[in-house]
Amino acid sequence: MLSAENLGILRGERVLFEGVSLEVRRGDAVLLRGANGAGKTTLLRILAGLTRTDSGHVTRGAAHHWIGHREGLKPHETPRAHLALWAKAWGAEADTNTILGDMGLSRPADVAARYLSAGQRRRTALARLMLDIRPVWLLDEPFTALDAEGRERVLAMVHKHRQNGGAVVAAVHGDSGFVASQEMVL
Amino acid sequence: MSPAPILSAFRQALGEAWAGGAGALLPLGFFAGAAVLVPLGIGTEPGMLRAVGPGILWVALALSSLVTLERIFQADVEDGALDLWLQAGAPVSAIAAAKTFAHWLTAGLPLALMSPVLALMFQADADVNLLSGALAYGLGGLAFFFWGGVGAALSATVRRGGLLIALIALPLYVPTAIFGSMAVSGAAGTTAAPLLLAASTLFALAVAPFAMAAALRLAAD
Repeated sequence: MLSAENLGILRGERVLFEGVSLEVRRGDAVLLRGANGAGKTTLLRILAGLTRTDSGHVTRGAAHHWIGHREGLKPHETPRAHLALWAKAWGAEADTNTILGDMGLSRPADVAARYLSAGQRRRTALARLMLDIRPVWLLDEPFTALDAEGRERVLAMVHKHRQNGGAVVAAVHGDSGFVASQEMVL
Repeated sequence: MSPAPILSAFRQALGEAWAGGAGALLPLGFFAGAAVLVPLGIGTEPGMLRAVGPGILWVALALSSLVTLERIFQADVEDGALDLWLQAGAPVSAIAAAKTFAHWLTAGLPLALMSPVLALMFQADADVNLLSGALAYGLGGLAFFFWGGVGAALSATVRRGGLLIALIALPLYVPTAIFGSMAVSGAAGTTAAPLLLAASTLFALAVAPFAMAAALRLAAD
């Protein structure tokens, strides 16, 4: 569904990484590991097509979802408005009320993002995964700012997604909580 | 390709402008303030005011178009929305154009609508020319906002990029400002000026979105 061959990238005069190859198949969960600054986010951005690679190439065989470390929420947007906006933009017909309930966002659903906690903003961003069925999920530190219960929800989402033949590429620090099909150390 | 992402970008930009509260009013206040200061500086002789009025309004329009441009793409970079728009499946140029157009609707169109009042202050005759003048300020403002959008996209990752936007955009304003003030002055030999003003705006609309798209891709890189 997603493969990358011999990726390499320069940051300034420094080689951030080189010779990175990756093959993502149905049901896979690829974990990206590495110290801060090792290039996990950059690799994810290359896979998403946001950053241009300096060598190698990426082949995308399926649509993907992107959850970056910045949520993409506007300060004035409520979780409900955010989901409605992206449902419209993507032509998705999922029921936003159900998704808000599933993500534990029913109570703050109509609160502007500037008043939400970091965890609530994170949940809102992760709720986008449910809007539209896309085979590949690219997740950058998905558990940041989430409480134990939020973490369980995300794990359940990932589990279900993989059972349905989806794949996940995630940069995670510490315990990921799911069985990775491949761990890649940068 | 579906137009849905483009419409959503337009709607989000409108919402952002309104949510900013004073955001949309700021250029309006700047425009009026700059124009009101001029008679205080150069004196109130009606003939002179009538002569300089259109030119002053064009300068004030150009400067007030820059007031809020800084945020239109920088905010998207900071909150991560740019990453989402780049992957929304629509041409980035169309999304950038939709955002800039929404910005002009909230911050630029009010300037054009206010221009007849300011023109009257500069001793213009109260006739139909006020309306054609407003149309010219509207058209010219649209070109200013699109060129300014290029500056805003180029400086999206620069902190306090306002000055940089001005340096990038002001030279691009030149043709529009020249044809615009000719069109509004209505002097002899300027019958083609409104058409040339419209042409300069069309040129901005045709070229600027692609420049913005390239700059935004670089900003995300």
